[in-house]
Amino acid sequence: MLDLGRIYAIFRKELWQLSRDRITFAMIVMIPLVQLVLFGYAINTDVRHVPAAIVDQSGSSAARLLAADLQASQTVRFVEQEFHDVATATKAMTAGEINAILVIPVDFERRLDDRLRGIGRPLAQWITDGSDPMLGNAINSLKQMPLTLRSPSHKDSSLPASAVFEVVNYYNPERRSAVNIVPGLIAVILTMTMILFTSAAIVREREQGNMEFLINTPIRPLELMIGKILPYIAIGIIQVSILLGLGHALFAVPLPEQWLSFWLVTLLFILASLTLGLLISTKAQTQLQAMQLTVFILLPSILLSGFMFPYVAMPLPAQHIAELLPATHYVRLVRAVVLRDANWSELLGDISVLVGFIVVGMTLATMQFRKRLD
Amino acid sequence: MLAIEAQGMSRRFGDYLAVNAVDLAVPVGCIYGFLGPNGCGKSTSIRMLTGLLAPSAGQIRVLGLHLPEQAEALRQQIGYMTQKFSLYDNLTVLENLQFVAGIYRIKSKEQSMRIRELLALYQLEDKQKVRAGSLSGGQKQRLALAAATIHRPSLLFLDEPTSAVDPENRREFWERLFDLSDAGTTILVSTHYMDEAERCHRIAILERGEKRADGSPSELMTQMPADVYEISGPQLRQLRQQLLMLPEVMSAAQIGQRLRLLVYKKYGWRTEQLQRRLGAEYSCEAVRPSLEDVFVANTGEAYAGSRPHLRDIP
Repeated sequence: MLDLGRIYAIFRKELWQLSRDRITFAMIVMIPLVQLVLFGYAINTDVRHVPAAIVDQSGSSAARLLAADLQASQTVRFVEQEFHDVATATKAMTAGEINAILVIPVDFERRLDDRLRGIGRPLAQWITDGSDPMLGNAINSLKQMPLTLRSPSHKDSSLPASAVFEVVNYYNPERRSAVNIVPGLIAVILTMTMILFTSAAIVREREQGNMEFLINTPIRPLELMIGKILPYIAIGIIQVSILLGLGHALFAVPLPEQWLSFWLVTLLFILASLTLGLLISTKAQTQLQAMQLTVFILLPSILLSGFMFPYVAMPLPAQHIAELLPATHYVRLVRAVVLRDANWSELLGDISVLVGFIVVGMTLATMQFRKRLD
Repeated sequence: MLAIEAQGMSRRFGDYLAVNAVDLAVPVGCIYGFLGPNGCGKSTSIRMLTGLLAPSAGQIRVLGLHLPEQAEALRQQIGYMTQKFSLYDNLTVLENLQFVAGIYRIKSKEQSMRIRELLALYQLEDKQKVRAGSLSGGQKQRLALAAATIHRPSLLFLDEPTSAVDPENRREFWERLFDLSDAGTTILVSTHYMDEAERCHRIAILERGEKRADGSPSELMTQMPADVYEISGPQLRQLRQQLLMLPEVMSAAQIGQRLRLLVYKKYGWRTEQLQRRLGAEYSCEAVRPSLEDVFVANTGEAYAGSRPHLRDIP
């Protein structure tokens, strides 16, 4: 049987202690704020303005038109410096000044004519910097770019589009990565702060010598656990609100239309992260150990949860590991709810996994916590 | 009626026997002291008696409850003041007491009254908004006692409560303990201070995990197997060396200008015999044994002034 009075006593004490700890208090607000701005602006998977060189061996007006078209696509930005041969351009790429080279051959105009007659020779060549595959992929996508070039000998006919498919983008038509990143960022920041706060919660009492007194009182382990996580639920809600509000204001990330579903899955994830932290706290002997264990969970949560790389693209073993992380399930849930306006009733699979995390984690943490010193 | 009963209470940590077959009988209302040097098993014994540690062997009954099985039922009835300050440094005096009152489920109406009463009793009224971390040693210890007694426990455990406290505060602290005892609380206190042990109704002398003696301080003094003499005269250091060679002498320790000598009773020495041996340049008189003498007589080798190499000679 749980005693609400004792849970309240623990809850109130945690709040008092938290309010004394100015740095932690500041972090509650600063972590989501700074991360959101950093990630939102810096992580941009839609690559734009890749610095590129143009080596025009034809010196034709058609080549200049092609360059202007490419520039207009915003994928590449041709640098001002002029390159007369491929070797000097390659040097500039090795030095990191540019990431791609467009080589336009001497017979460019003839190739253009050939192409209009149906003889499919490439018009020009891209040399890309493979050390960053993201950049390479961006250039690769230019292969399919429909060209509106006019050839010198066919003044009126426009070049047929070489693209085979038309791509229609649902949910995020402008393909802005902030839309994708902000909901994922909620998962990462909650994982970080929620686990970090509670992983220190029990071990701190032990380290600072409060535990011997505490376990000699009639407090029950479950009462202690519940009292300890309650304040952090409120903190989690504050952080999520900051992320959503700021994400909407700065990056026009849509606010969830399914409010109820959003807070339901978010609360479940907050609880799952808090119980995971508690579990760490009952196992760790020092706060440093608790911190290390938190990082141990945080890193795969960032890399494998689908926040950074698509889950489906990961190799099978990585997917299995990802399934063990609450963040993976929440990334799926929150993207579904925020970006695709899904209702919670359509997402029962991941929801029940999160519930499972909470029940198992809480049970294990309570069982781990012994009111004994031996 | 007994508040604490233990038979053959033992505790082993790996190969190390921290407490070895200790029997205890602490009557209700008594102030009972554990006296012994550091590492003698005082804290381990207290932890077993509060249910924090399970004994490796032996029977323990505290307030009629079997330990460690019924430890949970005991919690509400006992108070425990740990050796190290174990309240929260970053909470104020008042918040600490409110927290502890909440944990012991003291009703909110009663709570503020009880806290006010404790603040007055332990002279912490003007400190209630001060964080516990910035209190002095004496204030911290009074706060810890207030927290340990907030739920009016019938049995109070104090593990070296005055180790970080000056003598003035120690006297004051003991006044409070006598008040509690007067109100019917049984108190078990561990200490390595002789003057503190002397205030207890009964004490148990512990050494290397074993109980060497127990009884009231005056009983222990009269039951001592040695007589106590004080000798004054020249060159006490050499005299001490010579005296320690005698099989009749249990121990000799210099205290200021005098030598305090413990002589086995079984040899039947009187002051005259000792005086004859010492010669005219020394004066000697029989004195009342102190608790320190009792301690030395019962623990032997662990204490200063003893002579380990001669201990086996009868």
